[in-house]
Amino acid sequence: MEQLIAYAPLLAKGALVTIALAIVSLALATALGALGAAGKIGGGRISNALVQIYTTIVRGVPDLVMILLIYFGGQRLVNVVMGAFGSGPLSVSPFLAGMLAIGFIYGAYLTETFRGAYMTIPRGQTEAAQALGLHSWTMVRKIIAPQLIRFALPGYSNVWQVLVKSTAVVSVIGLQDLVGLANDAGKTARQPFVFFTAVLLVYLLFTFLSQQVFNWLERRHALVGHHAR
Amino acid sequence: MRVDLVLENWRLFAAGTWMTLQLTFLALLIGFVIALPSGIARSRKTPFWSQLVNAYVYLFRGTPLLVQTFLIYYGLSQFEWVRDSWAWTFLRSPWWCALIAFALNSGSYATEIIRGAIETTPRGEIEAANALGLSKRQVDFLVLIPSAMRRALPQYGNEVVFMLHGSAIASVITLQDILGAGRTLNARYYLAYEGFLTAAALYMVLTFVLVFLFRQLEGHYLKHLRPRSA
Repeated sequence: MEQLIAYAPLLAKGALVTIALAIVSLALATALGALGAAGKIGGGRISNALVQIYTTIVRGVPDLVMILLIYFGGQRLVNVVMGAFGSGPLSVSPFLAGMLAIGFIYGAYLTETFRGAYMTIPRGQTEAAQALGLHSWTMVRKIIAPQLIRFALPGYSNVWQVLVKSTAVVSVIGLQDLVGLANDAGKTARQPFVFFTAVLLVYLLFTFLSQQVFNWLERRHALVGHHAR
Repeated sequence: MRVDLVLENWRLFAAGTWMTLQLTFLALLIGFVIALPSGIARSRKTPFWSQLVNAYVYLFRGTPLLVQTFLIYYGLSQFEWVRDSWAWTFLRSPWWCALIAFALNSGSYATEIIRGAIETTPRGEIEAANALGLSKRQVDFLVLIPSAMRRALPQYGNEVVFMLHGSAIASVITLQDILGAGRTLNARYYLAYEGFLTAAALYMVLTFVLVFLFRQLEGHYLKHLRPRSA
């Protein structure tokens, strides 16, 4: 226990890396998800097929494989490209590889979330907006977006919870996140059980806190008078 | 891309595929054995058991599988009494540790799936069974559980794929599963991606076979829910 307290500042640093990685990955996933959903809803045959290939690949390959592939394969790719431009080697950091892999994976899940949410908006809403002569940008801002957020939030919160746990795997390529640091510290202190139990508790805390935040968001974006809790 | 090296080492990947399938299905089987009583206890709110199961499900669904595996494989060896006990023969082996972690993890997800399926059982089905004079046990085993299992199928199919993908973590604790084979190939020939790409392709094939199988099962067991064709 004393050992754990001695290492607490280090583990806190690792926890911050975990949170940072989760947040930037979510940002990337959200961008890819929005792009994917737009491609599926408004796109032609080609963009539709591209999105289909994207979501199919992601659904078939484990996150750990994707991370290793992007880290080691991506490094090779960067070397080849940099070599072609005649410049020196540039190293891909585990953090960057983790962000790209996790963002890429969960972007596919968010594609489905966003598409589903968009489909839930009744068609009459856009028709009514058009009938009122609203500018298309105004329509998106005032009619589509608020409802899209409302319908997408439950799925979005699910993806976030799974994504946070997924970041643990990035420690395999040497990221000094909560898991990576606790692994090293636990070995040094000869108390791996204590350290990994602490890690589990921190993840439970993350899960609990994010649930609170999402509950608050869902209440904030709920339709007044509906689902009064 | 050195396809020749992949083909030359096909045995490595065949053994890896066998290891992955073994771990996945044994974990699912044990997980299901844990989940059936747990899910029933949760849906009935059985005193004590329901709380216990709740804590178990919360712990395993709220934390990463990787950390659970590390806790069992690296963590337990911290205690002398574990190393001195009969269980050490199992707990020192990465295979058993991976299986225990995967089974407990899968059990927690399956518990929630089964609970959900039981709670959405139409009231009328149970009332009809009661009206026919079936005993409590008969209602459970002849009506409630079979009906819930059917409804759990689609979600359980997702859990099976999730477990297949999660099992790649076994390679982190030195096991030679599909990903382990890929890592070995890369290390042996100093390759960057060929082994991982082959592993990715194999996982993808297995995923689609499983998805296809579950579609067939759903087509059979959920036939009564299909819209009737004119």
